[in-house]
Amino acid sequence: MAGEPKIRLDHVSKIYQGAEGPAVAELTLDIDPGEILVLVGPSGCGKSTTLRLINRMIEPTSGRIYLDGDDVTDVNPDQLRRRIGYVIQQIGLFPHQTIAENVATVPKMLRWDRKRISTRVDELLELVGLDPRVYRDRYPKELSGGQAQRVGVARALGADPSIMLMDEPFGAIDPITRESLQNEFLRLQEELRKTIVFVTHDIDEAIKMGDRIAILGEQSVVHQADTPERILAYPVDDFVRSFIGAGTAMKGLAFERVGDLDLAPFDEGRNGDGKPVGTITADATLFEALEEMLRTADGKTVVVDESGRPAGVVELSHLSDALRTAQDEARRHYDELGAAS
Amino acid sequence: MDGLHSWWEYVVGHGDDVLEATLEHAQITVVVVILATVFSVALGVCVQSRPTSKAIALAIASIFLTIPALALFALFIPLVGPGDNPAMMALFLYAILPILRNTVTGLDEVSPAVVESARGMGMSSAQRLWRVRLPLAWPLIMTGVRISTLLTVGIAAIAILVGGGGLGTFIQGGLTRLGLPNSVESVWVGTVFTVLLGLALDVVLSLVQRLTSSRGLRA
Repeated sequence: MAGEPKIRLDHVSKIYQGAEGPAVAELTLDIDPGEILVLVGPSGCGKSTTLRLINRMIEPTSGRIYLDGDDVTDVNPDQLRRRIGYVIQQIGLFPHQTIAENVATVPKMLRWDRKRISTRVDELLELVGLDPRVYRDRYPKELSGGQAQRVGVARALGADPSIMLMDEPFGAIDPITRESLQNEFLRLQEELRKTIVFVTHDIDEAIKMGDRIAILGEQSVVHQADTPERILAYPVDDFVRSFIGAGTAMKGLAFERVGDLDLAPFDEGRNGDGKPVGTITADATLFEALEEMLRTADGKTVVVDESGRPAGVVELSHLSDALRTAQDEARRHYDELGAAS
Repeated sequence: MDGLHSWWEYVVGHGDDVLEATLEHAQITVVVVILATVFSVALGVCVQSRPTSKAIALAIASIFLTIPALALFALFIPLVGPGDNPAMMALFLYAILPILRNTVTGLDEVSPAVVESARGMGMSSAQRLWRVRLPLAWPLIMTGVRISTLLTVGIAAIAILVGGGGLGTFIQGGLTRLGLPNSVESVWVGTVFTVLLGLALDVVLSLVQRLTSSRGLRA
């Protein structure tokens, strides 16, 4: 946790007039440069409100907001928003403008010259996997939902902001397209290293997308903010446990790879008993190894190298060891945190 | 056939007068519609997000339309004297409702997500209005302008009764001389050219509407 956080929310509250309690109560949260922080929680917990406090689409009632250490709680909100990418579930492309004009929105407001804007638009469309020659001059109504959200992401990246706020960006997109958009976005992020705050109500999406996850309860109270591995291995309270749902420890197996294990040796005789033997490669996750064991109704599965030769065996005990280790590590982490505070 | 023939003779015989009256009629209409458009769109933008003001503005504009034309025209004579002026003022009031209503509806129909994303990218409220909300409402606003234009062309024919000009002169002139030669022809000249003028202006405006609306908004 070295260095300054990219975004810091410092005791931020939002109280709506006439509402019973605050929508967001005294929220303090640091977001590190280059990480994807996922805000996840049940509907109505204030996660979208929290996101919109960062670019001051909603003005905080109290508390301070810092970007790169600068207090932005009172700066001109329009200027602030031009520095922050914003993607919403309903996308909100401008239907009267072409795709190129949509993507050029922020650069145009920042008065970039035409040539620079045009180059930037092409670059961004290629980045999100849309051929500029085909899509530049189309209108939003001519796009599918998935394509429209690609444009939405390209538009948010317009003037190369270092921060992106994404409010359930893939929530309205069909499951198959969503999966590929998530994967592409993660690949993009490898390159771009933006600081991203991502809101979802879907814990599986949170686990997939997040470098860290903040699990929010009523009034945006942070129950647990940590890496997906640790949250899955060690939910700190009943709220987190019930929110992440059943089989969470097993989901944690998806974060470890077979290649990192100390494999049992492959033994021709023991494995040649005629039963179907599952095989996986070293870059498979432990979760995939488990699936393979279940599929073959066998307590082990053979790991093969690139040429298909057996390199070792994963056994059920490997998996239970991995689960226990992850839990112990997480518990130790929280014990240390508890001791420190 | 005889009637049509004598009507045509009348038109040819009074060609200059007919042309002049048509142009004056067109001028009254165009000026009124332009002023009403500027006023109603501005008013629509102001009241659209305020439910009470919106209801009041629309109610008043509706009441204007229910006032009998002749009475409304005459109401303005004490203020500005007879002639085209009282007629244009009355016509202005009539022309408000269609444009105002369509402006409000057009702005209402702009998707909240579009406005939200515009705001999220740092567009000021003026930029959101000029670059997003008005362009999106524009096709509907233009439909309102076309309705107001047809309305104004029709009602402007009675401007003559408050001392104004336009094609109403032929209708009024014919009616007062009814039974005398050429009286019926005169009424028909006024009527037919009013209708033709309305159609012509509507064709022009539909072209303007097409050229000024984004291709992305066409169904």
